[in-house]
Amino acid sequence: MSAKNYLTADFTLRSWFLTTDHKRIAILYFASLIFFFFIGGAAATAIRIELATPQADLVSSDVYNRLFTMHGIIMVWFFLIPSIPNTLGNFIVPLMIGARDLAFPRLNLMSWYIFMLGGCVTLFAILAGGVDTGWTFYTPFSTLYSNSYVIVAAAGVFIAGFSSILTGLNFIVTIHRLRAPGLTWYRLPLFLWSLYATSVILVLATPVLAITLLLMATERFFGVGIFDPRIGGDPLLFQHLFWFYSHPAVYIMILPGMGVINELVSCFSRKQVFGYKFVAWCSLAIAAVGFLVWGHHMFVSGQSLIASLVFSFMSFIVAVPSAIKVFNWTATLHKGSIHFDAPMLYALAFIGLFTIGGLTGLFLACLAFDVHATDTYFVVAHFHYIMVGGMVTAYFGGLHYWWPKITGRLYSEYWARTAAILIFFGFNLTFFPQFILGAEGMPRRYHVYPPEFQVWNVLSSGGAAILAVAYLMPLFYLGYSAFFGKRAPANPWNAPGLEWQTSSPPPEFNFAPQPVVTREPYQYNERFEAEPQNA
Amino acid sequence: MPESSVFAPQYASIPHRDHTAELGMWVFIATEVLLFGGLILAYVVYRHAFPQDFAAGSRHTEIVIGTANTAVLLTSSFLVAWAVEIFSPATAKIVTRLLVGAACLGLAFIVLKGIEYGKEYDEHLVPGIDFQFPGPKANGVQLFFIFYFIATAIHALHMLIGICLLITLAVICQRAPSTRHRTALHSAALYWHFVDVVWIFLFALIYLPGRSTS
Ligand code: HEM
Ligand SMILES: [Cu+2]
Repeated sequence: MSAKNYLTADFTLRSWFLTTDHKRIAILYFASLIFFFFIGGAAATAIRIELATPQADLVSSDVYNRLFTMHGIIMVWFFLIPSIPNTLGNFIVPLMIGARDLAFPRLNLMSWYIFMLGGCVTLFAILAGGVDTGWTFYTPFSTLYSNSYVIVAAAGVFIAGFSSILTGLNFIVTIHRLRAPGLTWYRLPLFLWSLYATSVILVLATPVLAITLLLMATERFFGVGIFDPRIGGDPLLFQHLFWFYSHPAVYIMILPGMGVINELVSCFSRKQVFGYKFVAWCSLAIAAVGFLVWGHHMFVSGQSLIASLVFSFMSFIVAVPSAIKVFNWTATLHKGSIHFDAPMLYALAFIGLFTIGGLTGLFLACLAFDVHATDTYFVVAHFHYIMVGGMVTAYFGGLHYWWPKITGRLYSEYWARTAAILIFFGFNLTFFPQFILGAEGMPRRYHVYPPEFQVWNVLSSGGAAILAVAYLMPLFYLGYSAFFGKRAPANPWNAPGLEWQTSSPPPEFNFAPQPVVTREPYQYNERFEAEPQNA
Repeated sequence: MPESSVFAPQYASIPHRDHTAELGMWVFIATEVLLFGGLILAYVVYRHAFPQDFAAGSRHTEIVIGTANTAVLLTSSFLVAWAVEIFSPATAKIVTRLLVGAACLGLAFIVLKGIEYGKEYDEHLVPGIDFQFPGPKANGVQLFFIFYFIATAIHALHMLIGICLLITLAVICQRAPSTRHRTALHSAALYWHFVDVVWIFLFALIYLPGRSTS
């Protein structure tokens, strides 16, 4: 057997729970996120079962409210936001930049503990009886009327926010200060540019959510009317503050996925990413402009028409950098030697699904259309296409791509491809019908509906069943491979990134001699030597 | 000053480590700016909506205590800046004293703040607990005091954290100062100055509206 790696360095529990190794912390996060994903998924399953028939047969409307709230809160704050950054990012960032750890390893561990504390508080709120405000905590419902565990749930989210901030801080400083010699900004893999942009949002937006939740909880607890119009408060102010965080937060939930897709698309078409600098700067443009569009969630709230027009216009602008990325990925595929390995199947699925999600975002950014579509299943379908079809797909893609590096084992390609294809079909079957439902006027957040909507709802629930099975599959074949899979070589994909230059799994401090970088990323030489690039 | 040549493996050198730590503090301050920024934004929105009421509320604050506290905090910041400036093996003793002095001033700030809260309680100006304000401006004044209490309480919490940092550093400085602590001191000082700057904004927003007219 070879020398010790980070997994075999020490087997005690203490060595896991007090580790400062970014790779082990990534694994801690990974295990916790699987747990939360299944809790959120269980709520989704219950929702889809209820919606299979027009009547209320499984749950009462009150329980239904608690189900979709729990689904939203868990999935947004305890799965999607930490998903790629805290697992794949934690593991890969130092490896990609040739560093031995993140800049602040103890802070990294602390961020996991804070996250778990926030998670436990939120779980407590759920077990104690749940919350029925929706993940958006809108006042005055959340402060005056809701008879549920609003403050506890908000406290859980508030606490988890600090873990987001610490992770973002760590990434920003690491990417600034810990790059290997020769690794200039324009030599960084694009995954790092997108994580950098994500971190900027994490650091600048999350505190605003913290203060917003704090104000809301104060109002609820002390019965003072911060957002209560009866004593001069303004409920719209809550919405402004909330979306000032939450729209940038939706980019927290897509930028890391976009970053992964760069790595996958270039690796499996054996080509440099087309228009590297454009893609890099587009990540930052998304982060910046993403702060200026929050009002598109408030088109029907009574904000002024001028405000709506400006926010509508900005929403069109913010789609431009995303569109540039999609075009550049497509151009990267052009004349590439494409390999349909499992990670690439996920990447291709991402491109298609993200495009649909993004384009329907543009529909919603049109004032005249949004007045009809807002609060219908059209919006639900829009954001699930991006968050689930995009981000979760990218997460699975990246997980498969880096799995050999993380575990030192190879998974079954056959099962991985099967799962990828099944996820794609299950996903579309679940969510495409929701566009139609929304267009026909079915509102979101109701558990009963007119019988004529049943066909599409049954299709959607059927798709959800397929999707559930497909999401469970990796648990088995990846789980199996982690213990019994074939041993992986250091560089199974024959990729040029620094993370592939060290052994699989990497040793405790990643690199024995400090790597030195002398060239641009994505030099998939085979092709470059065979025919000089001129496109 | 004894210098340990050990530093965590992710750094290339001691200066590298120190610069990295400092950048971390700056990024943290960026986060804090947005935290107070959100709060101040909400304050500004309501002050814009109820200028008269906010002026009336402001006239009920204790401007003497507020001003004294501003002086206390600025002095304390000055002591910390001084400590950073002269930090070296030979001056460990003075540095320790400066830090203790700064921490004491911080505590004095908290005590004064407590007295101020007490007065406001006596005057029935604590929304949610005991709030009575005669006349048509009651709602706006209540909003003012809600923000007053939330903002000053969050600020005081930051002060308490800062005081703990200063005391810890003072203890370290007395026992075994090394260049490593220069960075720690520098970062803590940045934080302390930041808390100070926040107060200056809060002071202007809380105590000054409506003072020039009556
Ligand atoms: C291409 C740029 C995008 C545009 C122009 C856009 C536009 C919109 C608009 C106008 C709405 C409000 C619809 C309504 O409530 O009436 C909306 C809702 C939403 N979008 Fe997007 N969007 C974009 C990208 C994204 C991304 C990248 C994500 C997530 C990763 C996302 C997640 C969401 C979510 C979660 C909601 C619903 C929030 C709620 O009410 O619960 N969007 N989008
Ligand atoms: Cu948005």
